[in-house]
Amino acid sequence: MKRFLALLVLFALFVIPAGLVYAEVETGQGAAPAPAQATQATQAEPAAKADTGDTAWLIVATALVMLMTPGLAFFYGGMVGKKNVLGVLMQCFTILCVISIQWVLYGYSLSFGPGKGFWGGFEWVGLKGVGLAPYADYAATIPHQLFMVFQMMFAVITPALIIGAFAERMKFSAFLIFTILWATFVYDPVCHWVWGIGGWLREMGALDFAGGTVVHINAGIAAFMTAIFIGKRKGSNGHAILPHNLPFTILGTALLWFGWFGFNAGSSLGANDIAVNAFVVTNTAAAAAGLTWALIDWIFNKKPTMLGMATGAVGGLVAITPAAGFVSALSAILIGVFVSIFCYFAVAWIKPKFGYDDALDVFGVHCVGGIWGALATGLFASKAVNPAGADGLFFGNPKQFFVQVIATAVTVGYSFVASFIIYKVIDLVIKVRVPEKDEIVGLDLTQHHEKAYTILE
Amino acid sequence: MKLIIAIIQPDRLESVKQELYKEDVNLITVNEVLGHGRQMGLTEVYRGVKEMGNLLRKIRLEIAVNEDFLERTIKAIIKGAQTGETGDGKIFILDLVECIRIRTEERGGEAIG
Repeated sequence: MKRFLALLVLFALFVIPAGLVYAEVETGQGAAPAPAQATQATQAEPAAKADTGDTAWLIVATALVMLMTPGLAFFYGGMVGKKNVLGVLMQCFTILCVISIQWVLYGYSLSFGPGKGFWGGFEWVGLKGVGLAPYADYAATIPHQLFMVFQMMFAVITPALIIGAFAERMKFSAFLIFTILWATFVYDPVCHWVWGIGGWLREMGALDFAGGTVVHINAGIAAFMTAIFIGKRKGSNGHAILPHNLPFTILGTALLWFGWFGFNAGSSLGANDIAVNAFVVTNTAAAAAGLTWALIDWIFNKKPTMLGMATGAVGGLVAITPAAGFVSALSAILIGVFVSIFCYFAVAWIKPKFGYDDALDVFGVHCVGGIWGALATGLFASKAVNPAGADGLFFGNPKQFFVQVIATAVTVGYSFVASFIIYKVIDLVIKVRVPEKDEIVGLDLTQHHEKAYTILE
Repeated sequence: MKLIIAIIQPDRLESVKQELYKEDVNLITVNEVLGHGRQMGLTEVYRGVKEMGNLLRKIRLEIAVNEDFLERTIKAIIKGAQTGETGDGKIFILDLVECIRIRTEERGGEAIG
């Protein structure tokens, strides 16, 4: 009965809008294709023609960012117990499938449709009017649909980041509903505010090159909220739950690092000098942060650890994300060194002290790293690197730092409250957490009727 | 000398260990095993093909004790592993013929503790 109810909710959330959009777009095209096409053509044709080099790079970058979500699946999958690894992989792949559809149906329109409201608006629902000609306000040299699909991969990985907080204990059906609602009511509006035309944080001058606020702080805070309210994993009290396959985690880290070149260097939206700068600082910050974390481990725990270095590298990638297009390589080293210090503090000191079970440290790495990155952008940004950006505090412009603080605070506040409401509503209708018995047996067998490893055969 | 073999649920291992420590039983061997008692196995599905009645993960403890430690060890295992549910497990007691500590070549009861 409960299962039926959950499926019904899913149906209502997903299939019905899909049908409506289909009816709207496909029949709408039949009714009025001529004027719409004609005005677009006359407007776009002389002004904007896609650049082949930019287009080629963005296609590759989009594919790179796509690979980050499976990479994240392995990064997380290696850190959970072996009875839950399929559960984590399944959640990541589910998000890849679900958000890809959501984005085409209405997510892109809500996020990037021009407008000053809470959302961007509905005029691009079902990609109506999102064609192959460039849309100059976002990216003048690549097809509009390429910009759309590039942004899609960001919308995919953001909810996937949250998985780490509720790993090993969330019901699959509840997770699915949470993902769709969170993407619609948290990711899409915040994305619009920061990146959309008419978004109020964008108009205030907040700098977020590749998604420090939209992606990492946003997901990190939602993760913090779910970790608190879903409760600790069974057996986590006072004990570390050991990673079942660290080589998976390292493989995942490598895929993330690789994909992050698309994430950051692709966010220049062209094959240009800013892309190269982003590429260089991305690699530099990840390296500095990985090294720093290993050194911190060496100092405090007597030996450098592989998991520590991988965690540090991911933290460095998170922190450089909002800054990638605005800072120099030397600033990137400082950003990388400090992110590991802050994140280590969050993971090894704050978490045990307050006792929330953020299973795979989404808050400690992505939120803390993201906040540091957003603020560091306000400190280290330089017009010498990117004339289209702004100078930060260290380059004589304290106002930029202040704007970054506001953008960060707004994201933190909104994401926490909205995620909490979504979480509570789902918990009231169908319990979010799996029954204790299922948690003991593991999510692989109880949620998916599969297991990852056999013991005897 | 007796050899105690106990099959318990994986999640009870921690509490059984704690109970054993309280009774001063510190020397145990732990194995991860698969087993099947009265408890039903779980359904698995691979590309639509169902697998029923599979073996379940269990923990197997081996503890060698002298007679005077026997009852308190059994009590500790029961205290730590009992939930009242099907699948709590079993304890087997075997006579132990000999015990030799490799390091010192001591034999018998001396070698166990």
